[in-house]
Amino acid sequence: MSGTDKTTRHSGDGYNFAYLDEQTKRMVRRAILKAVAIPGYQVPFAGREMPMPFGWGTGGIQLTAALLGRDDVLKVIDQGADDTTNAVSIRKFFQRTAGVRTTERTAEATIIQTRHRIPETPLREDQILVYQVPLPEPLRWLEPRETESRKMHAQEEYGVMHVKLYEDIARHGRIVTSFDYPVRVAGRYVMSPSPIPKFDNPKMDDCPALQIFGAGRERRVYAIPPYTEVRSLDFEDHPFAIQRWVESCGLCGSRNSYLDEIILDDRGKRMFVCSDSDYCRSRRETEDSGPTAVVPENGRETREVKA
Amino acid sequence: MSQLINKEAPYPVVPEQSDPDAETERKTASSKPCSPGVDDNPLLIVEDVGKSFNGTPACRDISFMLWPGEVLAIVGESGSGKTTLLRCLSAGIRADNGRTSYCSPTFGEMDVFTSPEHVLRQLHRTEWGLVHQNPRDGLRLGVSAGANIGERLMSLGQRNYGAIRDEALTWMRKVEINGDRIDDLPLHFSGGMQQRLQIARNLVTKPRLMFMDEPTGGLDVSVQARLLDLLRSLCSELHLAVILVTHDLGVARLLADRLLVMQCGRVVESGLTDQVLDDPHHPYTQLLVASILEA
Ligand SMILES: Nc1ncnc2c1ncn2[C@@H]1O[C@H](COP(=O)(O)OP(=O)(O)OP(=O)(O)O)[C@@H](O)[C@H]1O
Ligand SMILES: [Mg+2]
Ligand SMILES: [Zn+2]
Repeated sequence: MSGTDKTTRHSGDGYNFAYLDEQTKRMVRRAILKAVAIPGYQVPFAGREMPMPFGWGTGGIQLTAALLGRDDVLKVIDQGADDTTNAVSIRKFFQRTAGVRTTERTAEATIIQTRHRIPETPLREDQILVYQVPLPEPLRWLEPRETESRKMHAQEEYGVMHVKLYEDIARHGRIVTSFDYPVRVAGRYVMSPSPIPKFDNPKMDDCPALQIFGAGRERRVYAIPPYTEVRSLDFEDHPFAIQRWVESCGLCGSRNSYLDEIILDDRGKRMFVCSDSDYCRSRRETEDSGPTAVVPENGRETREVKA
Repeated sequence: MSQLINKEAPYPVVPEQSDPDAETERKTASSKPCSPGVDDNPLLIVEDVGKSFNGTPACRDISFMLWPGEVLAIVGESGSGKTTLLRCLSAGIRADNGRTSYCSPTFGEMDVFTSPEHVLRQLHRTEWGLVHQNPRDGLRLGVSAGANIGERLMSLGQRNYGAIRDEALTWMRKVEINGDRIDDLPLHFSGGMQQRLQIARNLVTKPRLMFMDEPTGGLDVSVQARLLDLLRSLCSELHLAVILVTHDLGVARLLADRLLVMQCGRVVESGLTDQVLDDPHHPYTQLLVASILEA
């Protein structure tokens, strides 16, 4: 953990380094350590008021604040992009309160705070991925009582999670849950991966980087330690499968990345592009990919998939 | 259901007990298994169970045994403590005193009142079933009938969608719900269908012991009669032991091998159903039977 073992002194102008006072950071770090020790288990923490509303990712921001050291390089993404309002304002917040370096490049970052995506570029052991979580409790949809859902976790009563998937198949012929797709961590706790697409679920499994999840409103932190088994729930006869596209990225030609559909004009001209804008750009910088827009009616690009 | 009482010929008169004030128990009949070929050991041994609310006893000094495959009805007027007793026995609430031991194939001989919560929760998903008077309390109204039946299977680790569905269809057939309703929400089912679904949802793991509180309570008479027929055949087919709370002696007559009559929290009479109803010894039971006959 690059952030926790470094000294985090007050910055010279009287503000606390990374906004939170040292005592609060210690408290958050203790919660993080506990979360790492019990993979997938939701640890309560006495969250602080942050100078932004909950919907802005205050849970993730508090984790990042507690982890940041002076030498860290921070990347913030929202829907895969670094330049959306939410990502920009969180990045600015830490530039102002911690003065740390920021980057848009996944490979350069030591801490990546994210909403809705896991970067396409494989993460490393010296990186930490911090997720912003709106609804941490995967059992909430069926069991609104906190005391009861805690018992269900304690007793591993996870039948209701499969009830949800059963309903998907009964109604739609297949599992249609495609975001916030529940996983089981280290064969024990069922966990909400936050609203990432299920496309990203396999990236959580056996990941070299530490992954921690912060929910601001519900004041919960949970974690997936490096190299931990993460399994998406499914049925034998309806196995978990990620989203696939017949199209490739209209900018970099990638066939392996998660694609967003963009409407180009009011005559229905569309293009599919990588949701991870850093991944797309770095491919365009290093590879000779076709940057032309793909109009589905005119046939699809037929570029080979790179292994 | 009152007409059911008179259907059978009066049972031969049993000799009067010597102490008329004591709880009227027909020792000859009540301590034996009722259906042939059942196991020798009781499934449930209840001893001196009592429960008070704010110092007022709701039930007290309750003792009885239940054998595998036996249907025991607890009858008595409103407020006599039937539901309280049932909830104590099924560990829904904590009894103040007494003990209940349950003979579990998984856990062996166990003390219900002192068992850890996770063991009890597991029993409730496997060897036990609980049928609420209001089916809405025992169903998940927001998920389909098939998922309601399949839930216990999934919680036991069944991970084959096709197999869960087949099993759900089998049970829907058994409780006489048309299979093409499998994907419908029970929210839109009639009361009788909801109650049958609740029963199926419990029976899918083949429990050995069912707790039922007024299972036919909210239903109109013709629907009740059908449900009672169904319950009777399921009990014998599955060799189910049932503790059935009802204030309806007709229901007890039809389903129960044995009766406990409760008044003011105590058991005042117990014995084989036909014996108790055809020849009630305790004045309170006589009153109960008489009031039904008049109705
Ligand atoms: N949670 C409770 N708190 C306080 N008193 C209670 C509670 N539950 C039951 N009682 C009281 O205990 C007594 C027995 O109630 P119980 O519900 O067991 O009776 P019952 O035989 O099931 O009646 P009914 O036929 O009306 O369902 C009543 O006097 C009742 O008011
Ligand atoms: Mg009652
Ligand atoms: Zn791209």
